[in-house]
Amino acid sequence: MTAPKTMFDKVWNKHVVHQAPGEPDLLYVDLHLVHEVTSPQAFAGLRLAGRRVRRPDLTLATIDHGVPTTDRHLGISDPLSRAQIEALIRSCKEFGITLYGIDDPRQGIVHVIGPEQGISQPGMTIVCGDSHTATHGALGALAIGIGTSEVEHVLATQTLSQAKPRGMAVTVNGTLPPGITAKDVILGIIARIGVAGGVGHVIEYRGEAIRSMSMAGRMTICNMSIEGGARAGMIAPDQTTFAYLEGRPYAPTGRGWEEAIDAWQDLPTDQDATFDTEVHIEAGDLAPYVSWGTNPAQTVPVTATVPSPDLFDDPHDRDSTDRALHYMGLEPGTPITDIAVNRVFIGSCTNARIEDLREVARVVAGKKVHASVGAMVVPGSGLVKLQAEAEGLDRVFRDAGFEWREAGCSMCLGMNPDILAPGERCASTSNRNFEGRQGKGGRTHLVSPAMAAAAAVAGHFVDIREWEV
Amino acid sequence: MEPVVSIQATMAPLPRADVDTDQIMPKQYLKRVERTGYGEFLFHDWRRTLDGELDPNFVLNKPEYQNAGVLVTGRNFGSGSSREHAPWGLQDWGFRAIVAPSFADIFRTNCTKIGLLPVELSPKEVIWLTELAQHRPDAEVVIDLTEQTVTAEGFSATFEIDPFVKHRLLHGLDDIEITLQREQEIAEFEGRRPGYLPAVV
Repeated sequence: MTAPKTMFDKVWNKHVVHQAPGEPDLLYVDLHLVHEVTSPQAFAGLRLAGRRVRRPDLTLATIDHGVPTTDRHLGISDPLSRAQIEALIRSCKEFGITLYGIDDPRQGIVHVIGPEQGISQPGMTIVCGDSHTATHGALGALAIGIGTSEVEHVLATQTLSQAKPRGMAVTVNGTLPPGITAKDVILGIIARIGVAGGVGHVIEYRGEAIRSMSMAGRMTICNMSIEGGARAGMIAPDQTTFAYLEGRPYAPTGRGWEEAIDAWQDLPTDQDATFDTEVHIEAGDLAPYVSWGTNPAQTVPVTATVPSPDLFDDPHDRDSTDRALHYMGLEPGTPITDIAVNRVFIGSCTNARIEDLREVARVVAGKKVHASVGAMVVPGSGLVKLQAEAEGLDRVFRDAGFEWREAGCSMCLGMNPDILAPGERCASTSNRNFEGRQGKGGRTHLVSPAMAAAAAVAGHFVDIREWEV
Repeated sequence: MEPVVSIQATMAPLPRADVDTDQIMPKQYLKRVERTGYGEFLFHDWRRTLDGELDPNFVLNKPEYQNAGVLVTGRNFGSGSSREHAPWGLQDWGFRAIVAPSFADIFRTNCTKIGLLPVELSPKEVIWLTELAQHRPDAEVVIDLTEQTVTAEGFSATFEIDPFVKHRLLHGLDDIEITLQREQEIAEFEGRRPGYLPAVV
């Protein structure tokens, strides 16, 4: 009888190409996703060494970080972004890689399009030169964010050299109370474990609250694993996963589908398997969260007040709280619901899927964006955009006063023209509130789509649970 | 990659926790397709005010730290984005090692791929070196990778490093070259992959 294994162990073991004592394992990569920002130097490295891309057929590229989200017919006005995007187009042509380019309806944020196309599947190893690659773990894949040197390594060898991380279980027990979304769950988890709580670990999210989530919610959870420092996040595949995948362009069909289902059903963690670290959270204790600081763990329930540096014993925590409050222009003791916003951003690989957009539309239908707020919705992919338009969501957004944009990363990191001006305060459905993330001097508050939508209408943060009554 | 054996240099102190890669290399400099020249953008938004002026209070703008080769900083250094532009910028500025109580995973890996040495010491040891760098900017530290030691005047510590990473750094080995020697095993693995796995068409 073999020892009980976690899902992470099983996926890892199935992909080991080479293993030797004192060396990292060499893992096979089933899918390599590529975007324009972290790849040009990797392609240049291949050219320099006269190497080829080993498996163009296991490599998929898109353009997301630097694309404008308005007036695409005018082209890309930023010469650096244009050159970077043209470099990817050239490299894809040269090395035979499929690219979902700017005019392709399948173009979009790399972590939205993988699941959407059904090419991200349970049990796979997936890498991308992007820290939010963990998103694909929602399907039961082991999805790891890598740097450009590693991108080059994967292009050349279709493998990744990795020392095996430890296993961590985060179990969310019970049923989510009304008004609490996947975004609140992951913000609550990060507030609890801290921005380095998951360092050196792959997290498996478990428990009733996770199992009852849609695939979109699960992707939101896994997406922010890196915000807790983790190497990856995973959720066991189940009927929800299979139903999501069935019929998608790259999902297996016929015999292949049956074989795949058989294999996928063996993936969940064995009954008696153990984790190196375990965290338990009660769903009933969670609230709608709002970040107040400059890292994703500096987050409190919407019913709380801005904390004081004096609350922290650790001098580093006191110092970073002090610095964060100064940067954010906030006074300790201020109720979160008293914080007014000028901008609202609905988008990013965390929250730009059709389910997120439906949620926003539900909250803002028949209402108006507050006079002092500029608000925009940026769909996660061209196909999400088309779906939203087919459902009439774009009309709801426009009627409420939102701008309705083209797909891309947009103001999550402001590599395109969508940025905050210094001092502007934004309710954002994205994943990072780092200093300057959305624009130098800009102030980001991380929230769920429903909370961002409500803040757009109210002009300040509100408790969605009371506001909707 | 150039081999890393021993580093002797002065230190720049940056005693902050959770310094993310967005601070080390802000996004506006990720649009370049070059591999070099990132040093001038290092910590850009901390080095420069909103008007673009150099902030004389930021450590890397102080004349006494211009030639520092070791950055001494706080826990969880390099968190957030996987951008390798962050270690490129640190290396291009002139840093050859980063000393901290802990590092973010992707950042640590990115550093070791380019020969920038991440050195983990205890929080107390890091505070000691930080204070030395603050009070005596000309004080040198010696980091010996073979012996896994860090020494300075009145200071001596040892650090842990993955033995394979150490071997690669000491000999300046190219990761891809090492893996390509496993071509046979990779091809055999490919022959065993299940047929239902997706391929891009």
